[in-house]
Amino acid sequence: MDRTRVVIIGAGIIGAACARELALAGFDVLVLDRAGAAAATTSHGEGNILVSDKGPGPELELAQLSRRLWPEVLAALTERTSPEEVDAVEWDPKGGIVVATTAGGAEALLPFAAAQRAAGVRAEAMDSDALTSAEPFLTERRTAAVHYPDDAQVQPAGAATALLADALRAGARLRTGREVLGGVTRGSRLTAVRTADGQVEADVFVNAAGPWSGEVARRLGVPLDIRPRRGEVLVTTPLPPTVFHKVYDADYVGAVGSGAGDLQTSAVVESTRAGTVLLGSSRRRVGFDDRTRPEVLSAIAAKALKLFPSLAGVHVMRAYGGFRPYVPDHLPVIGADPRLPGLWHATGHEGAGIGLSVGTARLVRELLTGTAPAIDASPFRVDRPAVLGGPPTVTEAPNSPPHTAPTTEEGP
Amino acid sequence: MTGRHVVVVGAGPAGLAAADAALAAGAEVTLIDSAERPGGQYHRMLPEAYEATDPGALQHGYRSFDRRSRRVLGHPRCSWWAESSVWALERRDSADDGPPLVHVLRGTPRRRHVLEPDALVLAVGAHDRVLPFPGWDLPGVYTAGAAQALAKGERVVVGDRVVVAGTGPFLLPVATSLLEAGSRVLAVVEAAGPAAVARGWLRRPWELTSQLGKSGELLSYTARLGRHRVPYRMGRAVVEARGDGRVEEIVTARVRADWSVVPGSEHVTAVDALCVGHGFTPQLELPVAAGCDLRPAAGGSAAGSPADVFVSVDDDQRTSRPGVYAAGEITGVAGAPAARAEGAVAGWIAAGGDRGARALVTLGRSRDQGRAFAARLALAHPVGRAWPGWLRPDTVICRCEETTYAAVCRSAADPTRTEPQVAKLATRAGLGPCQARVCGPTVAELRRSTDQGAGPHHRPVAEPIRLGELARPPEPPPGRATPATPATPSTPTDSPAEESTS
Repeated sequence: MDRTRVVIIGAGIIGAACARELALAGFDVLVLDRAGAAAATTSHGEGNILVSDKGPGPELELAQLSRRLWPEVLAALTERTSPEEVDAVEWDPKGGIVVATTAGGAEALLPFAAAQRAAGVRAEAMDSDALTSAEPFLTERRTAAVHYPDDAQVQPAGAATALLADALRAGARLRTGREVLGGVTRGSRLTAVRTADGQVEADVFVNAAGPWSGEVARRLGVPLDIRPRRGEVLVTTPLPPTVFHKVYDADYVGAVGSGAGDLQTSAVVESTRAGTVLLGSSRRRVGFDDRTRPEVLSAIAAKALKLFPSLAGVHVMRAYGGFRPYVPDHLPVIGADPRLPGLWHATGHEGAGIGLSVGTARLVRELLTGTAPAIDASPFRVDRPAVLGGPPTVTEAPNSPPHTAPTTEEGP
Repeated sequence: MTGRHVVVVGAGPAGLAAADAALAAGAEVTLIDSAERPGGQYHRMLPEAYEATDPGALQHGYRSFDRRSRRVLGHPRCSWWAESSVWALERRDSADDGPPLVHVLRGTPRRRHVLEPDALVLAVGAHDRVLPFPGWDLPGVYTAGAAQALAKGERVVVGDRVVVAGTGPFLLPVATSLLEAGSRVLAVVEAAGPAAVARGWLRRPWELTSQLGKSGELLSYTARLGRHRVPYRMGRAVVEARGDGRVEEIVTARVRADWSVVPGSEHVTAVDALCVGHGFTPQLELPVAAGCDLRPAAGGSAAGSPADVFVSVDDDQRTSRPGVYAAGEITGVAGAPAARAEGAVAGWIAAGGDRGARALVTLGRSRDQGRAFAARLALAHPVGRAWPGWLRPDTVICRCEETTYAAVCRSAADPTRTEPQVAKLATRAGLGPCQARVCGPTVAELRRSTDQGAGPHHRPVAEPIRLGELARPPEPPPGRATPATPATPSTPTDSPAEESTS
């Protein structure tokens, strides 16, 4: 048993997954959160577990690893806890359907799906009849569609609390209402973090503070270019079954690559177990301005109706928004910080953190224990220009497919 | 003429008085209400289709209300937006830029408009609060407000053998409305004990004499109940409703000051309808969306309960946000006379009226008396802390999502679910169509939440909006009424008594 003391900063889905993985491996784990568990980004997203929105490259590999791990994690939970707790995760491997509604969209979608197939993703082109039987209420105006059977969905706060509760059963401890104010170093090594209630010592500190991980890193003395990016989701009143998969549109092929701070919206439509339909998504770089703007909600509604025109009479009863941890090169940051021994990061997943959490936790554990990682973790290393605050990039990373980028970033 | 554009949301006693005063000060006014006609919950109007021969018989102070209503709606500088609702308030980048933009769905069919007011008066009122008890979700159990609305608004009789239960003086007008609509009211069951009621109402009685309208009103209700020999039972509560698919009988029990049940005091009564009300919950989503600071309720009763928060205002009815004013029940449940006084002050100041106007002194006094009345009300009819003792594990707490008491307790004890939002997603309490308007305060109390902040009232979509309505861009507002001649400021109505019973 490795009784290395690990403090995880942040009790969102990433912190919860890391706490569980490390506690089960025998580490002495303490989770700190300035508020309560799953309070911020995690409980303000959709709960996407997607492979469909990632082109070949390291993020897809992490997504594929995570997609393999989710059923294993849930099976392990089933053995250790009550059916209600596993049920609260609302795991639903419903599959995703990406729909193009223009000729240009189809031209971009089909080759992209072919490249994904080459990378091992199940991506099946659908003809119009198959599409109609899969999604009878979808617009007739469609030019191509691809089915991704491996896309899944969870209720994100339920998933995070289930992972965290499993971590607590495995011996981890949780302290909420503890904000990290600064660090204490001995030699060049981080040996403790300061909170209003005193210092917390450990051997390893994992920064999993999501959109606030840039600020946590700054307080610990090392800059990290993680920025908040806001996304909003609309919730309808409960409906009879109308949307059967995670359905999103592929039509911004030409639109992406514009200034990353501008409002961008793309339709992501899916139903939940409760019968409500969630409509996403938007992305805006507005700092931590938490105002929900009617014009953004309007843009989301307009895009969603292009896919499902028959929803026009359905009432939106709620809207929520959250901040996603955005990295200029669109890749998560996972690993030790070479500038400050003792500090690790597990952050920067933007809108994909729910899905990528379990794979991220696996990599953190393997890197910490010196085991060969399940996938190449070097693309996620901390010392890369985009993370250390190099010149800002506004162009999309080459591995990031234009048509799905907004979903990846703001879906959950 | 101030030329300012004042938007007033809510056309109950407070909103109507605000519009009246703002017009008197020379402003252009847009008055918005979700109903077809003004009046709010207090002066719930009979739909015109019923051609009531003498609505005054059912309506307290109807004539003075009607005068004011005609004056406001017929005013050349007033735009009356009936059947309209504010679905969002959008704060500007800086508070110095003025009050929030007002996003409205107007009329039938609903059109989407955005108003950019110079000042905003929020007078959106409160809705009744109902505490859960076993069987409260049976058909035949009504909120007191809904029963009154059916009786007064549509003259629908909720039942032949009805009990009115809960706490607070509002139970009395509900019972009289039911009597007038033809129901037999078996009893009014008031949970507050005689001692609490006496403490609230009999101490310093001279304060009440200044509140003539209100106490006179209560006396007249009491007299009417007496005429019908309706017993008023204090210190008892309805702790269970039973029936096969519909309420058939209720269990009342004697309760102590904290509303714990005195064992052995249970009594079963056959009924075919039950009306319950445990005070009021202010509608805070718009003040919260505007960014207004909230305050815990004054007085001992409510202190510490997360359910009792109101909008914080100064003597001019200003909220913490520049250009945003609040009046009526959202600042404290003090009854119609105080709401009218608050509304008049808010409207006058929002319109840029002279702060030295003599009428303001009278209005201010009336408002302060109203607040004193509200404090007495809170003292006489506090919600006892032990009410959860009535619940059983399978009692439904959130009717929309059918969340049980056991589920709420489980989540409250879970260290990974300390966040209200996370608990809400786990239990689903508050996620249904009413968006926690009914169960929100209850859940907050059951979780013993110390959160007195805006959280439970955070509803960026304040009113359901159809996707089709939302997707279309807003239309320019229809031309506001413009005065043919420059307006001359008059004075705000300086006597709220003009509107009260006489």
